[in-house]
Amino acid sequence: MKHLLSIDDLGRDGIVELCDLAEAFLEVTRRDIPKVPALRGKTVATVFYEDSTRTRLSFETAAKRLSADTMSFTASSSSVQKGESLRDTAQTIEALGVDAMVVRHRAAGAPHRVAGWVDAAVVNGGDGRHEHPTQALLDTFTLRRHRGPDLDGAHVAIVGDIRHSRVARSTTKALAALGAKVTLIGPPTMLPESLDGWPAATSCDLDAVLPEVDVVYLLRIQHERQDAMLFPSLREYTTRFGLTVERAARLGTDVLVMHAGPMNRGVEIAPEIAEAPRSVITEQVANGVAIRMAVLYELLGSGAPVA
Amino acid sequence: MDQTGERAADVLVADDRIAEVGTGLRGDRELDAGGCIVAPGLVDLHVHLREPGMEDAETIETGARAAALGGFTAIVAMPNTTPAQDDPAVVSAVLAAGSRSSCDVQAAGTITKARAGGELAPMGELHALGVRIFTDDGSCVDSAGVMRAALEYAASLPGAVVAQHAEDDSLAGGGHMHEGDWSSRLGIPGRPAAAEDTIVARDCILAATTGSRLHFLHLSTAGAIELVRAAKARGLPITAEAAPHHFTLTDAACASFDPIFKVNPPLRTDADVAAVKAGLADGTIDAIATDHAPHRTEAKERPFEEAPPGMLGLETALALTLGELVEPGVMSLGDALARLSWGPAAIAGLADHGGPVHAGSIANLCVFDPGVRWVVEADALASRASNTPYAGQTLRGRTRHTVLRGTPVVVDGSPVR
Repeated sequence: MKHLLSIDDLGRDGIVELCDLAEAFLEVTRRDIPKVPALRGKTVATVFYEDSTRTRLSFETAAKRLSADTMSFTASSSSVQKGESLRDTAQTIEALGVDAMVVRHRAAGAPHRVAGWVDAAVVNGGDGRHEHPTQALLDTFTLRRHRGPDLDGAHVAIVGDIRHSRVARSTTKALAALGAKVTLIGPPTMLPESLDGWPAATSCDLDAVLPEVDVVYLLRIQHERQDAMLFPSLREYTTRFGLTVERAARLGTDVLVMHAGPMNRGVEIAPEIAEAPRSVITEQVANGVAIRMAVLYELLGSGAPVA
Repeated sequence: MDQTGERAADVLVADDRIAEVGTGLRGDRELDAGGCIVAPGLVDLHVHLREPGMEDAETIETGARAAALGGFTAIVAMPNTTPAQDDPAVVSAVLAAGSRSSCDVQAAGTITKARAGGELAPMGELHALGVRIFTDDGSCVDSAGVMRAALEYAASLPGAVVAQHAEDDSLAGGGHMHEGDWSSRLGIPGRPAAAEDTIVARDCILAATTGSRLHFLHLSTAGAIELVRAAKARGLPITAEAAPHHFTLTDAACASFDPIFKVNPPLRTDADVAAVKAGLADGTIDAIATDHAPHRTEAKERPFEEAPPGMLGLETALALTLGELVEPGVMSLGDALARLSWGPAAIAGLADHGGPVHAGSIANLCVFDPGVRWVVEADALASRASNTPYAGQTLRGRTRHTVLRGTPVVVDGSPVR
């Protein structure tokens, strides 16, 4: 694997391999000294053209626990403000001596373009509405830890603004690759324009689907979407598609609740549900470090067993 | 070959006119047309020359040279310059520069001031300078009221035609590629076919109520083409053009995330490509127009959603027409030349262009070799920009000589002006 740009780059075997590797790294992160020398001497740059706290921190933590050096570039504090092109910025950062770049950009495909211009490994840290492959991997990793390595037959409902979500695009493909059944749920204005390339079914009726699901995966509802005429009001959204306390009470006891964060408590998820035992939301965050260690190790490591 | 048919003959030019067409003719200077078709010079209704305002991407001089190399003897300069061609001074400057260039340049004028979609531009003053095509191209005239007023007003200007960039901004705005299977996969915001279809339907109705001439720029959807076919069948004074990229490329190309494939209206589906070809074949679409839109390399190195739309077209249009339409039998060579020469010449009122190739006509000629193969090299194009989506492709058919008003401007494939 030279880059990680899309879940399509991996296939079932690639996803399983990274999840298995992440299992070993999760053990590392729980040690008293949560650090291994696997990437000593390597440098990982986070190149973020879009605000992000958790994804950047997660990648930087992962790199540091592998003993890699890190550097950090943000569009707001850089020469992008002076009009430097994406290509010039990427090549400048590479010239500093970087082995891998984690690229986040508000436009789809920006990491793909960067990968064509630099020799360093490029990891897609989220590009526009397109993909967020490490989020999909950590979601898959988290589900496997609860349901066993095989997701065959697991029914996952992804609820929210699917059309505009890079998480939904990546996670649907990853879960489906491991055999899960995925149903995308939201108002028609938030479902994909076309299901071509989406290994999933769709529904606009959350209550009809909930009795059949094993996992409810909630996406953040962005307030500004109201202006884009995707739904009339947050109240109406919550009434129809929010995981309220009443709805959650009808779920089977072993049904898991996931969220890609950051949460809008009281909109797509009731605060009580976010804290409930069935919620694996903080676990997803912890698993994110392990899976990103696995990705960086796969791209930059020697291939030797993890110490 | 021209609208009167084809024959094997020599063409004798004296001063700016064709003196004689016959066999065994000799002249002081002879251009070898062996194996070639001699046709009326090609006419492009839709070219962005970028001057004034974006001269680092193209100038009137370089764009006209690219046109001559493509076999064009007349081009219509779109008015989305900076400042816009909404004012007699700007139009006069464009015409003056055009008169010194390698082909005839007719300036288009805007429909509205600053292409803002509100107040009408001084259409009468621009018409007096020779403007015949009025368009806010790059932007759609979204207001039905403004469009109706423009159509009504233009009816008082002989030869004038209002040309619409048919994409409703409330549907297509914020989009960057065709909305469909590929945009859904790629997560790139889409521009739906309905944005084009609804404006075409609306404007056909406005053309019917005003009785005014209306031209649709770069039609790209099966739905819009069917609407135009029906409107023409009702006898409405409507014409239309299509661009080579809309009969050669589809939205699947956007999977590369390379904005070289970004254009408005966007590359669409296989079914739309088939509809464009059928529309050109049956005459629903009157003209092939390039929508030649130069952009600096740096601009096309932005991410797809942030790069400007548009692609080069002048130097590849003839070969793509021959390769995609004539060679596979979609249409005859004569019909293809109708779409590239005398069809568009009639729409723009360019009486000196579009033939026929006979004694007395102004000598605007395109001499092309339909069989020669060549590789598109982006950096070797005469255009100042290099944003062609066909780079590296082998095309068939290329201009050998171009004659502008009796003067060779391209000889043996090289520009001489």
